[in-house]
Amino acid sequence: MPLSRDVFLKGHIDKLGVLIAILAAYGAWSPFASLRANRIVQGEGFGLFSALPAPMAWLLVAIILMGSLVALFRREASPRILAAATVLMALAALVGEAAAHLTPSENNYARVAPATGFWLLLFAFSLLAADGISRMRPDPKLRLAYLIATVGILSLIILSGAWTDLSVMKEYAARDDVFWREASRHLALALGSLGAAALIGIPLGVVCERVPAIRATVLTTLNLVQTIPSIALFGILIAPLGWLAIHVPGAYAIGIRGIGAAPAFVALFLYSMLPMVANTVAGLAAVPRESREAARGLGMTSAQRLFQVEFPLALPVILTAIRIVLVQNIGLATIAALIGGGGFGTFVFQGLGQMATDLVLLGALPTVGLAFFSAVVLDALIDMNSIVPARKEAR
Amino acid sequence: MIEIDGVSKIYDGKTVVDDVTLTIEPRTITVIVGTSGSGKTTLLRMINRLVELDAGTIRLDGEDNRTIRGYELRRRIGYAIQGHGLFPHQTVAENIGVVPRLIGWGRKRTDDKVRELLSLFQLPPEQFISRYPHELSGGEQQRVGVARALAAEPNVLLMDEPFGALDPIIRSRAQDDLLAIQKHFSTTIILVTHDMNEAFHLADKIAVMDAGRLLQYGTPEELVRNPANGFVEAMIGVSERPFRLLSMGRVAEVVEPGEATGPAIDPGASQQEALAQMLWTGRRAAPVISPEGQVAARITLESIFKRAKGKS
Ligand SMILES: Nc1ncnc2c1ncn2[C@@H]1O[C@H](COP(=O)(O)OP(=O)(O)OP(=O)(O)O)[C@@H](O)[C@H]1O
Ligand SMILES: [Mg+2]
Repeated sequence: MPLSRDVFLKGHIDKLGVLIAILAAYGAWSPFASLRANRIVQGEGFGLFSALPAPMAWLLVAIILMGSLVALFRREASPRILAAATVLMALAALVGEAAAHLTPSENNYARVAPATGFWLLLFAFSLLAADGISRMRPDPKLRLAYLIATVGILSLIILSGAWTDLSVMKEYAARDDVFWREASRHLALALGSLGAAALIGIPLGVVCERVPAIRATVLTTLNLVQTIPSIALFGILIAPLGWLAIHVPGAYAIGIRGIGAAPAFVALFLYSMLPMVANTVAGLAAVPRESREAARGLGMTSAQRLFQVEFPLALPVILTAIRIVLVQNIGLATIAALIGGGGFGTFVFQGLGQMATDLVLLGALPTVGLAFFSAVVLDALIDMNSIVPARKEAR
Repeated sequence: MIEIDGVSKIYDGKTVVDDVTLTIEPRTITVIVGTSGSGKTTLLRMINRLVELDAGTIRLDGEDNRTIRGYELRRRIGYAIQGHGLFPHQTVAENIGVVPRLIGWGRKRTDDKVRELLSLFQLPPEQFISRYPHELSGGEQQRVGVARALAAEPNVLLMDEPFGALDPIIRSRAQDDLLAIQKHFSTTIILVTHDMNEAFHLADKIAVMDAGRLLQYGTPEELVRNPANGFVEAMIGVSERPFRLLSMGRVAEVVEPGEATGPAIDPGASQQEALAQMLWTGRRAAPVISPEGQVAARITLESIFKRAKGKS
């Protein structure tokens, strides 16, 4: 059966491959990079052959062609991953090259940024990479290895200075100290509020699961909080936190204010509570009745039952909540900048104010990258902790 | 010794166990049979206090079971739950080692015990030790469940339909294994089953329950010869009665001196097996091998008839 199917598929064109090839062709045709006289004016697009020295342009075209052919005609996972990786690395290297090539010498105001063509190519071959990886059904450890490799390659490219002439990197160079300060604030906000929500939400979930009487009240309240828009929630928090800062001794000293990081932290924490509590309740409720009874019948105390049986069995569902909350908080923490809470949002809102797209990207790209990174890591953790690995079920 | 004394349980105004009194001798197997919903599981669970009784007392070796902390009591009493109740997130070895870990056995001792029990239940340790419950068949899961109940070498073992999911061959082997284990560890076993053959095969005493009440409690032979009422009679099966009696007796109990022809019969075989052999080969008598391996005695249809006859 598998043999005859393979024979049948030989010579067939891969449907996703068609999409990738079309995107790639269109991308190769479109402007690869854009040059602007300074960081806020409209830019001018340059195609592959004007953005790059001719040999490099030809090289890139050849690589893209090869990648598209693989996407169209090869269905096995490894050639697809290999082809996608080659194209993506070539893109990464050559976009830096284009920046160096296009930037007029001794001009500190000119800005070179990737343009439509680059983004289309990036998208097309990321799709191919994702398709190849999902065909391989990698186990969680392999996925983590891929992730680390990707992060490593990106760091190497950045450290090598290949992208120094790109506009985003110029924005970074202009404020590298602030960047890392905001990065750590962003992480502290997202992770800190997650930690607080886990610390309080999981025990609250346990209580809710055991005491049905308070379950409905708690979940309804948290649902209600979830529907308040973030800006409104910041507004609501200003008064009580401001009051605390003034009237509770020591509150001001530990950073509690009406505006700034404190209300942002509290807001993220409040948003995180519903997924934490609801998933803890759901995870515990899904523990098989037989397992609970056996745990009691074998002589476990109620704490032993909770930690040795109920928690481990509910863990995948609780980890799912942590994944949801982490990704959500990394995104939402951007908003904190609006009330002076810091984080990558600072660059986004500054950039929006100055109409400087590159500055917006300096805030947005790390946020997206961070969210993607945490999603992959937590998905891998969830898979490692589920009893029946998804892989085995699917086969 | 387990003394169940006037015990009742009431759920929502309905008496599901109704004034049950029975005394279970140490190192015996008591089998509880009865219709579905008759209160067997509830009675069993009142012994280890998974269910608190509403009236009466239960004493273990004279000690009221309410004077012992619930979880400590349950660590001392093995319990094979209806179904199997294995923990899905733990391997076979971890599942079996639960109680030894709770009571603080060392790793080595627990490990040895796990291997010993797996071998006893015909589950080769190397193959099974690191598997998860979802990687076992239903019958293997049940045997692991029973092994887990036995792990800490409890004096008392409660078993709720432990062999329900086993095929007839594995089931009878598991029953023999259980008998061997019970002899070896001198365990007192209380076992619930719906299978009357299992009850007769294992029981020193049988308790018949219906609608929460204990109808009769006695040896298998007493139940067959003097059923307390129509329900007990029906439970045993009217047409099965002579065969039940024969299945309980050994050939050695009815041998007589004399000669017979044809294949010999083992003195340890049941009288039912001897009857079947004689019917199958069309003989009125069969030789019996003596322990020394010589043929010096025989068993006859006459003697079997006498044994199988109930009231006249
Ligand atoms: N926790 C409970 N709450 C209310 N009623 C219960 C509870 N547990 C058992 N019962 C009722 O008590 C009766 C006896 O139940 P039990 O489980 O002891 O029966 P059983 O003899 O073990 O039946 P089966 O052979 O089907 O396992 C049933 O009618 C059952 O519905
Ligand atoms: Mg039952």
